[in-house]
Amino acid sequence: MANKILAVLEQRDGVLKRSAFETASAASKIASELNLEAEAVVVGNDISNINDIGNYGISKVVHLKNADLVNYSSSGYRDAIVNYATEVDGDYIMLANTSLGKDLAPRLAVKLEAGCLMDCVKLDTSSGELTATRPVYAGKALVDVKFNSGKKVITIRPNVFKAQSTDGSSVDVTVNEVSSPNLKSRVVEFKKSEGKLDVAEADIIVSGGRGMKGAEHFNLIEELADSLGAAVGASRAVVDAGWRPHGEQVGQTGKTVSPSLYVACGISGAIQHLAGMSSSKYIVAINKDKDAPIFTIADFGIAGDVFDVLPALTEEIKKVKQG
Amino acid sequence: MKIAVCVSHVPDTATKVKIGEDGKTIDPNGVTYVINPYDEIAVEEALKAKEKFGGDSEVIVLTVGSDKAKETIRKALAMGVDRGVLLKDDNHRDSFGIAKALAEEIKTLGCELVFCGKQSVDYDNSITGQLVAEMLDYSCISVVVNLTIEDNKLTAEREIEGGKEIVESELPAVVTTQKGLNEPRYASLKGIMSAKKKTIDEKPAADSDNLTEVVKMHLPPPKQAGRIIGTDSSAVPELVKLLREEAKVL
Repeated sequence: MANKILAVLEQRDGVLKRSAFETASAASKIASELNLEAEAVVVGNDISNINDIGNYGISKVVHLKNADLVNYSSSGYRDAIVNYATEVDGDYIMLANTSLGKDLAPRLAVKLEAGCLMDCVKLDTSSGELTATRPVYAGKALVDVKFNSGKKVITIRPNVFKAQSTDGSSVDVTVNEVSSPNLKSRVVEFKKSEGKLDVAEADIIVSGGRGMKGAEHFNLIEELADSLGAAVGASRAVVDAGWRPHGEQVGQTGKTVSPSLYVACGISGAIQHLAGMSSSKYIVAINKDKDAPIFTIADFGIAGDVFDVLPALTEEIKKVKQG
Repeated sequence: MKIAVCVSHVPDTATKVKIGEDGKTIDPNGVTYVINPYDEIAVEEALKAKEKFGGDSEVIVLTVGSDKAKETIRKALAMGVDRGVLLKDDNHRDSFGIAKALAEEIKTLGCELVFCGKQSVDYDNSITGQLVAEMLDYSCISVVVNLTIEDNKLTAEREIEGGKEIVESELPAVVTTQKGLNEPRYASLKGIMSAKKKTIDEKPAADSDNLTEVVKMHLPPPKQAGRIIGTDSSAVPELVKLLREEAKVL
């Protein structure tokens, strides 16, 4: 029997996330290249869209189910997955590099005596074994890394591997009831940031820097973000100044992001900021100083005043969207 | 209560990365090394925990690396940590190797509460704290922005996508620290002076095989500077057109 790759798919409130389908697609691709058998593993209670996994190249799903596992529990999820992976002797485990993935992957790795490669942006199998590419120094450099271990745990960066929708094949869902999960560590409450997208998961980000001249002008950033369905990001300078929360910071001591579109407003482009966002597919810079470093990596720039350009841009986007 | 804080000696975030001669690591020439920014937050939280527990509580700073890493230990000592341990290894270790050395020493020291930065700004793996916890069979809460410890129980807020999770766990535990948890104190002159008299134990890091291996380090493809299409809002329609038709992102 072929070795297995287990794609551990993340759900929130009983719904599989977009990154889950990216993980399923990536695992299914690696499985076909390395002649492995791909299986999806979902931990939680009721999962409304579990059958959608079939659209992303995996037809076998194992649902590790318990009402107490509806929310994340590092100990409970770890034990459920380790037990299953041991039972089926899975060689590869893949997760998305989300908050949950980052927390859980190393725990699985220790218990399974596996090497662990985080935040991979490229997976290459052309040599017959897996070599992963991952950013280091917040993206200032990349390393190609291979495993020296039999068991392997991999997390993939969200938004990089596309969720490839294939013709919906049927899925075979096996429900394994998890008896008395280990709830030594558990989430007791989730405080949602109302209506806000997170920069780490967003496909479009509008970021503001010191050129916004004060917290009170970030409504211009928020309005543009709303018109684009984008998340709001911030430079370190404005976070340190207390204009925006830490969670929005993009850059080397904030989040490293790779959205389809990154709009930098009033951001000059310190090396730490550029490291965190330069792998975005398209970058737009709006900044008064035409010599600002941000323009050296921007695809399109307007060397003008954010207070003039942003309202006009928001209006134009709204017009186009209503189209 | 014995409290451990694990720190990493890393290139300053202002470093412009050049690839070293081995093709696998960065060229250290001209690079300034500092305490990992997230680890300063860990040190601060460890000192706060010591103040809270009082009595004969003690904070011990640990790092794995070469002699040069002593500089980062001294920084933690200057902030107020009681003593340091350098787990020596001049060779590159992956996160597993580092965690193994830390876990072995924490076990020897008998620390029941451990703080680590949520990630180091060099290799960005963000896993060392969790690895140490699992190796010790401790609880672990990662990416913490708010923490209370009452008796044996930890309640923490972790930052996750779209909000904050409140997590409950119990000691012994590892906590990994995120920006926002506290404002690290500056080392006072007195602190810097007294750090010179504090002990740094040196011992070989516990043996460990690397489970992963860097084959090659390379720079990202240079990004071509694009077009500046205007200097005021009159360029906006052109910008939107490019985003729709050329970039196809709208």
